[in-house]
Amino acid sequence: MLQEESDLSLIIAQIVQKLKGSNLYAQLERQAWASLQRPEIKLESLKEDIKEFFKISGWEKKLQNAVYSELSVFPLPSHPAAPPEHLKEPLVYMRKAQGSWEKRILKSLNSMCTELSIPLARKRPVGEQKELLNKWNEMGTDEPDLSLFRPVYAPKDFLEVLINLRNPNYENGDSLSFRTHLGLIQVPLKVKDIPELKEFFVELGLTTGQLGIDDSTQVPPELFENEHVRIGQKVLAEQDSAAAQQYIRQGSPTALRAELWALILNISSQPEDILYYEQLKTNVIQHDLLVDSLIYKDVKLTASNDDYYFVFEDYLYQVLLCFSRDPSVLGHFAYNSASPPKSYIRGKLGLEEYAVFYPPNGVIPFHGFSMYVAPLCFLYHEPSKLYQIFREMYVRFFFRLHSISSHPSGIVSLCLLFETLLQTYLPQLFYHLREIGAQPLRISFKWMVRAFSGYLATDQLLLLWDRILGYNSLEILAVLAAAVFAFRAVNLMEVTSLAAAEAVLADLSTLKVMPLLQIFLFATVT
Amino acid sequence: MSRVSVPCHVKGTVALQVGDVRTSQGRPGVLVIDVTFPSLQEIMFKNYYTAFLSIRVRQHTSTHTPAKWVTCLRDYCLMPDPHSEEGAQEYVSLFKHQMLCDMARVLELRLILRQPSPLWLSFTVEELQIYQQGPKSPSMTFPKWLSHPVSCEQPAPLIEGLPDPSRVSSEVQQMWALTEMIRASHTSTRIGRFDVDGCYDLNLLSYT
Repeated sequence: MLQEESDLSLIIAQIVQKLKGSNLYAQLERQAWASLQRPEIKLESLKEDIKEFFKISGWEKKLQNAVYSELSVFPLPSHPAAPPEHLKEPLVYMRKAQGSWEKRILKSLNSMCTELSIPLARKRPVGEQKELLNKWNEMGTDEPDLSLFRPVYAPKDFLEVLINLRNPNYENGDSLSFRTHLGLIQVPLKVKDIPELKEFFVELGLTTGQLGIDDSTQVPPELFENEHVRIGQKVLAEQDSAAAQQYIRQGSPTALRAELWALILNISSQPEDILYYEQLKTNVIQHDLLVDSLIYKDVKLTASNDDYYFVFEDYLYQVLLCFSRDPSVLGHFAYNSASPPKSYIRGKLGLEEYAVFYPPNGVIPFHGFSMYVAPLCFLYHEPSKLYQIFREMYVRFFFRLHSISSHPSGIVSLCLLFETLLQTYLPQLFYHLREIGAQPLRISFKWMVRAFSGYLATDQLLLLWDRILGYNSLEILAVLAAAVFAFRAVNLMEVTSLAAAEAVLADLSTLKVMPLLQIFLFATVT
Repeated sequence: MSRVSVPCHVKGTVALQVGDVRTSQGRPGVLVIDVTFPSLQEIMFKNYYTAFLSIRVRQHTSTHTPAKWVTCLRDYCLMPDPHSEEGAQEYVSLFKHQMLCDMARVLELRLILRQPSPLWLSFTVEELQIYQQGPKSPSMTFPKWLSHPVSCEQPAPLIEGLPDPSRVSSEVQQMWALTEMIRASHTSTRIGRFDVDGCYDLNLLSYT
């Protein structure tokens, strides 16, 4: 059909355009030039011979993985008449809401600057640079005075913004109708219901083996675990991203997880990547940013206090400080509804040649941001690889958890999905909690914004994040949140206040994620 | 009074006369020129909460019957779920191959919008634009010596030790084509510098 053909050629053109600037392109070119020496490459059939060579030597697979990665991350090209803001976020009122939220954040940061009389950014004097370089591997021992700094915002501030989100074209009247939203989210986004979720998460079904359920000590490993590990090793040997993504839907064996995630995210540690990380490290040494103090404060408040993650404190600084200075992250703003904050070099206000983004990666961290990195420290010990994995996880998934958008994996859709699931399948519980002034989203929001990091035990969290990678979607966070409420429903029905409800759900560290998900999706009588 | 030209196609003259043109003696006294309006190629618009779209056109059929309304698109779905936001503000293009009738000789176009859900306060389509067939890409005029090559003379006998000239020329042509392709490609990757000439001293964030 004409339309599909022209769509396909547009997608191909876009992907080629993106890959042309990548490392892989340069490597393929080098390989192609080098292959001209080979006897089997003839000039008359140059194109076919080189293609054959790529197929045999494994370079075609690398290209396939890169293309698959692009398809997973970038949204499909939209209508040619659609302006770039439409690609970031199609709904105008959501773009406006995101804009006002960003303005509030900027104002908050600016007022912090003026109050504390600290510049947003400054060049470090040479002595300070030397000092920082010396203690690069133990920045955690530093105890700067951070008492005056406060986080720019916390998840509960963001929740208030989402609660007040309204579509001006929607009937928001007081009279109850068949579509009145009884939860906190009042925008009518399309979310999946349980039959659709069952189809989407079909590999989590009762008849399919899962790691997290079928590898427990009572189950003999010959039934599922051994075979699953064998298949995992085969997938890694083939180096096929798409196969790895399909495989990991049933969970990843601990020994293979680091490599599998790197394969799915299409990360291979080339010397250029290590050099790039070293360059970022130099940027950290040379320039001091206000955002650094925010990062320090966040790590000290969250990860350092966590029983599982405090050992990784130094790694967290090494990753997050470099992350703030990485301009390649700016690329994700093409499909993120958020926009990077702008500033001007001191004394050059208004001159476009002196306009820069602040921080260089355009991302202002909030309270709990460091928890996105902490679980990854269990898998990767080499700082540049850890950095690459975190950066890719952020530009694929985590950015959606703190920006206002209508995307099905965006936080607004996740909140609505959670509330709708609870309301539809646990109506008594929902009604009871609402009556006592304990709207369920107020409790589960912080779990979803942090992708459950810091709330679940680490092995359970990694099993959950396996599925996020496998399904390329964050919807599982909302399903798990609803499953947790379903699990503790009996206790929750007895509480009479928000504080008591919070207490019932305060400790999730004993929960087993996969059985909860399986029961909620496939075994609950509706 | 201002005026804008309407794009139309003027056909060549057709003579009306009795008998055969070639055999009869007199010159024709009546000539006919037909003017047609181009057929519509594409209808483009931005949706605003419309769920279903129908389009009817009033076509000019022949000189004697009055123009009548014909449905060319029936209940085209713009929003899969009329109660939710999916597709509510998307850009849409409709092409002539999706239409049920021929889009030639159109006098009037009528868009019928339907939104069955009572939840939306208003609905419409915005930025409506209609396109016709664009001109075909202009034919290249080649210089005469390319389009009419001289008949080849007998090639000079090969000198011993030198490669075959036709083979060399084909290889050179291929390499030239490859370098042209590389030169034409450009990427959108960033350089990777965030500072301006080594300076990154900033005071406050800008709100604009």
